[in-house]
Parts: sequence; structure tokens; C-alpha cells
Amino acid sequence: MEARISEHPILGVMEKGQLVSFTLDGKTVQGFEGEPIAAALKAAGLMVHRYTAKEHKPRGIFCAIGRCTDCVMVVDGVPNVRTCITPLRAGMQVKTQYGVSDRQF
Amino acid sequence: MKRFDLIIVGAGPSGLSAAIEAAKRGLNVVVFDENEKPGGQLFKQIHKFFGSKEHRAKVRGFVIGQQLLKEADELGVKVVLNATVIGLYQDKEVVVRIGEEVVHYKADAIVIATGAAENMVTFKGWTLPGVIGAGAAQTMMNLHGVKPGNKVLMLGSGNVGLVVSFQLMQCGCEVVALVDAAPRVGGYGVHASKVARCGVPFYLSHTIVEAEGEDHVTGVTIAKVDEKFKFIEGTEKHFDVDTICLAVGLSPMSQLLKMAGCKMEDNPKRGGQVPICDEYGRTSIPGVFVAGDVSGIEEASSAMIEGRMAGVVASEYLGYIEEKERDEELEGLSHALDGLRQGMFAPKNRGKQIEETEEGIPISTNLLQKGYVSDAEIEHFPGVTHVVGVHPVIECTQNIPCNPCQDACKKGCISIGCNITSLPIAVPGSKCIGCGMCVASCSGQAIFLVDEDCGDGTATVTLPYEFLPLPEEGKKGTALGRDGKPVCEAEVVSIKSAKAFDKTNLLTMRVPKEYAMQARFIKFA
Repeated sequence: MEARISEHPILGVMEKGQLVSFTLDGKTVQGFEGEPIAAALKAAGLMVHRYTAKEHKPRGIFCAIGRCTDCVMVVDGVPNVRTCITPLRAGMQVKTQYGVSDRQF
Repeated sequence: MKRFDLIIVGAGPSGLSAAIEAAKRGLNVVVFDENEKPGGQLFKQIHKFFGSKEHRAKVRGFVIGQQLLKEADELGVKVVLNATVIGLYQDKEVVVRIGEEVVHYKADAIVIATGAAENMVTFKGWTLPGVIGAGAAQTMMNLHGVKPGNKVLMLGSGNVGLVVSFQLMQCGCEVVALVDAAPRVGGYGVHASKVARCGVPFYLSHTIVEAEGEDHVTGVTIAKVDEKFKFIEGTEKHFDVDTICLAVGLSPMSQLLKMAGCKMEDNPKRGGQVPICDEYGRTSIPGVFVAGDVSGIEEASSAMIEGRMAGVVASEYLGYIEEKERDEELEGLSHALDGLRQGMFAPKNRGKQIEETEEGIPISTNLLQKGYVSDAEIEHFPGVTHVVGVHPVIECTQNIPCNPCQDACKKGCISIGCNITSLPIAVPGSKCIGCGMCVASCSGQAIFLVDEDCGDGTATVTLPYEFLPLPEEGKKGTALGRDGKPVCEAEVVSIKSAKAFDKTNLLTMRVPKEYAMQARFIKFA
């Protein structure tokens, strides 16, 4: 099912930035410029943002307001970027985070 | 070091309100907020607010947010975003992280309006992707236009759980169940009823045993709990879901106040660690004030009044107004706040079990246990009458501070009187013209226009409808009862949308007349 709400009964059609491309683990994905990276990833169907360092357990969006740090990923080479509050820009390279890096365990 | 008369931490409803009051009186004010956008949680609140006109009742939360921002902007309030206050020290020194920079500020007075954070509960699998906070759901759907999931289980029957469940359905998600370990629904009955009649089953005295799934949630098991909140074996129920939403209360974010050395207390009635303060938000440190949820969990309408109070006391503290002006202002604001703190859900009644309304009518036990008032119980309430022709049926069964319905009816068909928490009465002998303003104005979506006998064996029921797509006239569907179960076939007679209705569409359906007092929602195949 389409994750984006095309028209909302109260909010109408949401204003969004330009449609841009970025990569998720090397694969090209599209999202709207300025929306949180996590929103674009959610719309693209991603659930797992990272795996924990010790037990390698999956984590995804939890609070969506930059508090819990469960949704951190490696963005343009920088680890621990809170994707729920970091605006998406064209060409961003987003990678699943394993522990604190993008190298798989 | 940059100096201001007043530094406010938090640009939500209380912080902005404090800024407005202080700026109005000439103070040089800055507001810091860690978020990218101001407004706190107001922009996620898409339902109509309760209260009376002075509390901006029947205005949707996000519109109130727009109004506040505009007012603050016109008064020259400076709002610095992406600015996290990381330190509050002696002599009102404030340390702020702005981007990658740490900046020092100093003020002569401070208002802390940091709000609250969501509480969490743990259960097996609670860290799986797909388990989210109710606030996260609101953020995703109402701010970013992305559905949090397709099939959702909601844990928590307080107002947040109820309101967010409804919002999930509004954006096209299916809510498979609403679960709460408590034996009674915690939030407003009207919020519960609008969720229940859409067909969402309520499981009180139940909680989550386990979130299932390997890499993300694929299901959930709940079970009944006894009075000591221990699982009762053999009562497990499974649901296929992709999302579990947690709405289990809020805790004040009072860390900065503790850091500053304010006297604190642990007060469960106010939601946890809170500063000791007087009714106007004065803490134990002169010149440090608090407003909103950080000083005790309530809701946005009271937070705005508390914010204004803090702005007024700060203005007087710094000598911008005389004590006399301060006291006059505070008197009016106290009166407004008092109006909101009335009724069954008032802070003073927290934890109390209320058995009957102020009018002496027994509270619906079905409402508290299942989320809806039964067909027999609804007849006990003064808003429910039977007269010839179209008339309002007001299914408002709890004393809450709210009265827009009374003002909405120009024909005087609805009366609450001067006590704002009284149950609305369908005024005997009044003549309803079927305009529907009451239906659209009721923040609780609890008013229906019913013509119990159209003369041809049918009845019409007009209900508030805030879903898309809007059905066409003549479309057939299934009428659902207050309990969300099918009662009969129904046909859409008309659908009215008007600017004055503010996105609440009026859907009129025709049903066999014997179901006039049962059919309260319509579902399309």
C-alpha cells in the first residue's frame, strides 16, 4: 500500500519540496527535498535503520522527533545522524548503520 | 555573551504565549527551540479543541499554532530554531547549542516551557522497528504526510491514544484494536466513541504480551490482566499488524530546572519530576518561571494560558508593568484556566472514580469499558430526545469543559447554561432547521441530526464525517452502531461541506426507521 497520504481529509494536499534522488545502501531512491530523511525512507518502505553494536538487533523509527536516536544512520559518511530530524537533500548517501559504522558485521 | 530581558525555552503553545505577553509589554524576548519548526505539538493536532470561545474552542490545533506564530511574529519575538538549550546556570546564564556551535546567553528572567516527553512501556519485542510512540505516528502522518503503517494496534486509551487512533484512520490506516491495561478508558468518552463507532474494538484490562517479528513487527499478542496487572493465562489474542503504537502517558521534561537548582518534587498527579511552583509558574528561584506541561501534564489549551501568566509575571518581575496591572491580568487568566480545570477530567479528579454526572445521571459503564454508550444508556442523557421532524441528538455524556454547541445553534435548540461542564440539553419546544452547525461545531463529534420518521418507513441520520474519499449521493453502505457493529443497510442522501464546517463534512444517510437511534456511522465496502 502507498505510504504517502495523497490527500488528507483535514490537511488537504501537503506541501512538499522538489522530488529528488538519493541513495540507500547504494540503491537510488526518491524523496522530497527538505522532508526528514526518515520520512522519505518510510515512504520507500524501509523499516530497519540500524543494527545495535552488541546484540546486532534491528532498530527503526521510534520517536520521530530526534529524542530516542533509534533511527540513526550513516549519512554522507557521518554515522549517528538522526534521520527523523535531518532534512533530505538531493544526492545524499544514506547507509544502514551497523554498530557505529556502515560496515556489516 | 548575548543579553536579553527574557529567554524562553520551548516554542510550543506555552512558550509562544509567554513570549507574546512579554513582547507586548516591551520586553526584549528570545525563544529557543530544538526543533526545525516552531509550534511544539500544536501542528500535529488536527482535531478541534474543546473549551469555550476564550479558549479558542472548535478551532483545530494546527490553526491555533498558525495564529500564535503570527501574533509572536508581529510583536517582533525572535524565535531561534534548531537551538537546543543544554545548560541553565546561576545568574540566568543559558548555554545553547545552535547547529555545531555552543553559544552563551544571559537573561534577567527565564521561562522554561520545554513540555513533556512520551512515556514508554517495555514488553518482549518492544525494540522492533514498527513499535512507535503515538507522537511519532502523529509526526509522520500529520507533519510529513507519511502513513506510520497499514495495520496498527494502539496501546493506551487516554486522550492521546484515542485521538491518534482516529487520526490514523483519517489518513487511511486500519486500527485493529485499542488496548489498555487499565480497567477503564482514560480519555474523553466522546473521543472513545468516535473511534469505537468506526469499528475499532476496545480491550480494557489487556496489555501487550509480545511484539512479533524478526526484523520488524508482523504481529502482536495481547492478554487480559488481573487487578495486579498480571497476565491471565489462556486469554491471549493475536493480531496481524505492522505497527504498534504506544500512548502510555507523558512525563515533564524538567531537567533544565533541576540543573538550575529549582526545588523539585516527584508528583504523580502532575506527571513526575516537576518544579515546585505557585499557580502563576514562579519557581523557587526568583526570575525563573515555568509554563505548560513541564510543570504538570495537562493539555495545550491550559498550556497557552499558563504561558500567558508566565509572560505577565515575568514582565512585572522586570519592572515593565506595575503590580496592579499584573494582578488584573492574572485574575482574568486564572478565571480562564479555572474554566478548563472543571469537570470529570479536571486535575483535581485525577485517579478518582466518578460514578455519576453532575446532573446525577449514572456514567455509562459501557463507555468506560468498551468505548461506546449502549443504545439503552444513551436514552438517559438530556441531549437525547425524541420529537417529530429533524432534531439534534446530543450524545455528550460526561462533564467536560466545552460549549461550542450552545453558540452554534442560532435557533436555541441546545443549551448548556453558564456552567461550562454541564451536559448539553436539547431544549424542549425549540425548532431545529437542520442547518447542521451543531454537528460540525462539536469538537467531540457527538452531535447527530436525526429525523426519526420521514413518513415512508425510513429515517435520516446526519453525522460528522472527516474521511476521504467523500461518498457520492446515492451510494450504499452499511450503517454501524455506536459499538461499531453493522446494524442495517444505509444510503447516502447528501454530503455537505461548507467553510463554516471547517472540514467536518455532514453526511446524511437514510436507514429503516427502526434504526434511527442506533445507526451512527456508515462504512462502505
